[in-house]
Amino acid sequence: MFRRDPIPPGEAIEILLDGAPFTARRGDTVANALLAGGITRFRDSVVSGAPRAPYCLMGTCFECLVTIDGTPNRQACLVTVEAGMRIERQSGAPSMLPESKA
Amino acid sequence: METHDITVIGGGLVGSALALGLAEAGQRVLVLDGEDLARRASRANFGLVWVSGKGLGAPDYARWSFESARLWPGFARDLEARSGVSLALDQPGGYSFALSPQELDGIVTDMTRITEETGGDGAPWRLVPRAELEREIPGIGPDVAGAVHGSADGHLNALRLFHALHRAGAAAGVTYRARHTVSHIEPGAESFRLRGDWGEITTPRVVLAAGTATEALAPMVGLAAPLKHSRGQIVVTERVSGRLPFLSAIIRQTDEGSVMIGDSDEGDTEALSGNPEIAALLGARAIRVYPALARLNVVRSWTGFRVKPRDGIPIYGQSTSCPGAYVVLCHSGVTLAAQHALRIAPQIAAGAAQIGPSAFSSARFHVPA
Amino acid sequence: MSPQIPEAAELVIIGAGPAGMAAAIEARAAGTEVLLLDETSAAGGQIWRAVGTAPEARKTLLGKEYAAGAALVSEFAACGAQHVSGVSVWGVMPDENGRLRIGVRHNCAARLIEARAVILATGAQERPLPVPGWTLPGVMGAGAAQIALKSGGLLPEGRCVLAGVGPLLYLLADQFLRAGIIPAALVETPSPHRRTALTHLPGFLRAPTFRKGAGLMARVRRKVPVIAGAEALEVRGDSKAKALRYKRGGAWQEIEADLVLLHAGVVPSLHLSVAAGVPTRWNDVLRCFEPETDELGATAIAGLYIAGDGAGIGGAERALPSGRRAAQAALEHLGHNIDPARRDAARKDWHKADLGRAFIDRWFAPPPALLAPRGDTLACRCEEVTAGAIREAARLGAPGPNQLKTYLRCGMGPCQGRMCAASITEIMAEETGRTPAELGHLRFRTPVRPLSLGELAQLPAGENARRAVLGDAELPDTPLPLPPRAR
Repeated sequence: MFRRDPIPPGEAIEILLDGAPFTARRGDTVANALLAGGITRFRDSVVSGAPRAPYCLMGTCFECLVTIDGTPNRQACLVTVEAGMRIERQSGAPSMLPESKA
Repeated sequence: METHDITVIGGGLVGSALALGLAEAGQRVLVLDGEDLARRASRANFGLVWVSGKGLGAPDYARWSFESARLWPGFARDLEARSGVSLALDQPGGYSFALSPQELDGIVTDMTRITEETGGDGAPWRLVPRAELEREIPGIGPDVAGAVHGSADGHLNALRLFHALHRAGAAAGVTYRARHTVSHIEPGAESFRLRGDWGEITTPRVVLAAGTATEALAPMVGLAAPLKHSRGQIVVTERVSGRLPFLSAIIRQTDEGSVMIGDSDEGDTEALSGNPEIAALLGARAIRVYPALARLNVVRSWTGFRVKPRDGIPIYGQSTSCPGAYVVLCHSGVTLAAQHALRIAPQIAAGAAQIGPSAFSSARFHVPA
Repeated sequence: MSPQIPEAAELVIIGAGPAGMAAAIEARAAGTEVLLLDETSAAGGQIWRAVGTAPEARKTLLGKEYAAGAALVSEFAACGAQHVSGVSVWGVMPDENGRLRIGVRHNCAARLIEARAVILATGAQERPLPVPGWTLPGVMGAGAAQIALKSGGLLPEGRCVLAGVGPLLYLLADQFLRAGIIPAALVETPSPHRRTALTHLPGFLRAPTFRKGAGLMARVRRKVPVIAGAEALEVRGDSKAKALRYKRGGAWQEIEADLVLLHAGVVPSLHLSVAAGVPTRWNDVLRCFEPETDELGATAIAGLYIAGDGAGIGGAERALPSGRRAAQAALEHLGHNIDPARRDAARKDWHKADLGRAFIDRWFAPPPALLAPRGDTLACRCEEVTAGAIREAARLGAPGPNQLKTYLRCGMGPCQGRMCAASITEIMAEETGRTPAELGHLRFRTPVRPLSLGELAQLPAGENARRAVLGDAELPDTPLPLPPRAR
């Protein structure tokens, strides 16, 4: 979907995406880092589980919600990456209460 | 406008449940409802089908609420079938938590009194000491001293109840007219004339179920419905997966996954916008009850104005000076919806002089001339 | 840029875009203490996003108007206003004593700031364009793609199609061309107001935007296939966008696309002002609600002002004098005397920047049909409520959109109606024959941006609040049991 323009980007920093090493650039928002790294699906929606990705990149649409360092539902377009940051993609509503008994 | 047998003023949970019951009883029903941004308790409520603690000093109210809770499963099944809307009724019993031994004593004293006053036919409940609570609710907060558990308490999706009543009403032939705020009622010999900005209609019979607006309308037909001013505030979290392992009157999880946290009571404000200090305290109390809630994001808060009769007890009745005019007013539009549709509406349809328990009669507010 | 937020300030400005920066500079010139809060990491707003740190080569690529923002960012940085970035403002709450309290979240803590005057300079949001398939990955706003370019140097990869209406489509296409990206197509939907736009042409011809815009459009048309007069749009794909379909002259055509960039102009951000209690009015040309303000930006709430696009769309050029005028009004409220010459200069600059606006508004207006989806198309993306369900519920006779929200939960998700409020009103208008002005819009409430319950719970509370929540009971005086703080 996206690639970086040829202008030299900020220094490379390592983050974790779903537990695997992922390269971002200093100064990136989490959303830009993921888009530049070829990620098209940011999460699965809460009601139907459909794939979703950022629509607005300005904090309006709440489609870019990811778990950052263990905190679910952070807006990836408003958070700047930091080395070692743990990003997890979410499937449905985040689990923050005991799982229900079947 | 086509002919109707009876007009219900108010299209909230009380008015819609009555309208559905009246249509079931063969009446041609017209509902006149207000504006989109009118004060609507039905869009701001907490969704409890709740019995515990209700009717202190008023055993008829305790019995009436308990009976409604028992009517609810059948009523819900029927309403879901008619409307195609799922209500997510769940009646697992509910906790009333205490954050100090004194608070627990207070709850137990009140519950004991209600049991005594109802002669034992009130809802069953039990004291849950701290040690037992830890077993029943893993993750309960360290500050919780204990709780009372009422076995009749439950909850449902109140937004969908509202939707279901409107859909089932439409299917049963109820005519619903929004943006028809009634500002005047003139009783005539054979009928009532209802007026508003929109125009006027005449109706053979009329039911006042207009929530907080009822207080001003009731005297126009010789009824009294004095209210106590009460603003409540609620905060709501994002949807989360997993289930809150308990139901209480101040914390509940909707079937969609949001957690609702209430509530407050202010008697002296007309303001619509929420108070951040109240929201903070609601949050603090909820976190002390169940600390895992601290991580959830709050996405919305709202205030609503309760429909609270001055003495807390429902006001039901037919006017003696203007027969054919009824009032149905209460705080518990969700809990009592089953009673309203299944018991009260048929009595109104039949023209009963008193509807519901006589202790609820509007006449109790009449000052002898 | 201090990370500390004071508990009170004379004047608080929310938003570091053109209007907010201009307001801050104006207020500082009068010697007033200014606290400016902004959600992003650097001043500039969306229009000059990252202009302070962008490499020269990217500024060249983005064009002169973008690069020009750097001067204002520098002037703002030197003006002496306290600028705190990375702050999310979740409410401006007037209380019954006439105080304005601002609810903020910063570094994972919630705070209340008291201000004697507040200027909302929160700008615009891109108007959602709810066409079938708009929730697929690979579909986003043209404004979003431009933000990705400004803030991260991201360019489309694969086939990119721009669709909808608005000058931004041409501006972005031109920026892509400079970067060597040739969009596969620019599909334009017709404005319903083109005829009346022509009566405003003389003003536009005198406006600086005319020459700039005409050159831009000519450059784009030379390189990019521009398809005008599309009556309907639709994105195809299963798990991501594969093609844009458009209907023209009654027939559907399809263009393969990896990235579909939709646009239909921008609309004022309303959440903070509406939640604060500012009434709105309907703008029938721009088809959006705007907060009610006077010409300086004063609202019905004493001490609360709105500047820039947040008060009504006028673009960055008009946002600058709008910010100065709102600052002057706020300064007057704070007891300053405003130099009449200064006031006059700001007014003249505002009108100069407004030249051509009447034409642009009408020439690039969105077709109403595109804003009122049907069938299975999601109107509410968060709660996944279809347009068809909203239409069906509207036929039950609801008095307005807030009752539809009660029926269906549309507008109750995390975005709080930012993406669906307009569609709900548009759909209801179509179904009921009533105008959007009559119907109104969803009521927005605090917190307009999320904060955790634990953060909220740590705000201080006074005696009245205690009585309202706890009655005679008390909370234990032990510390709140809170989880460890997140980053």
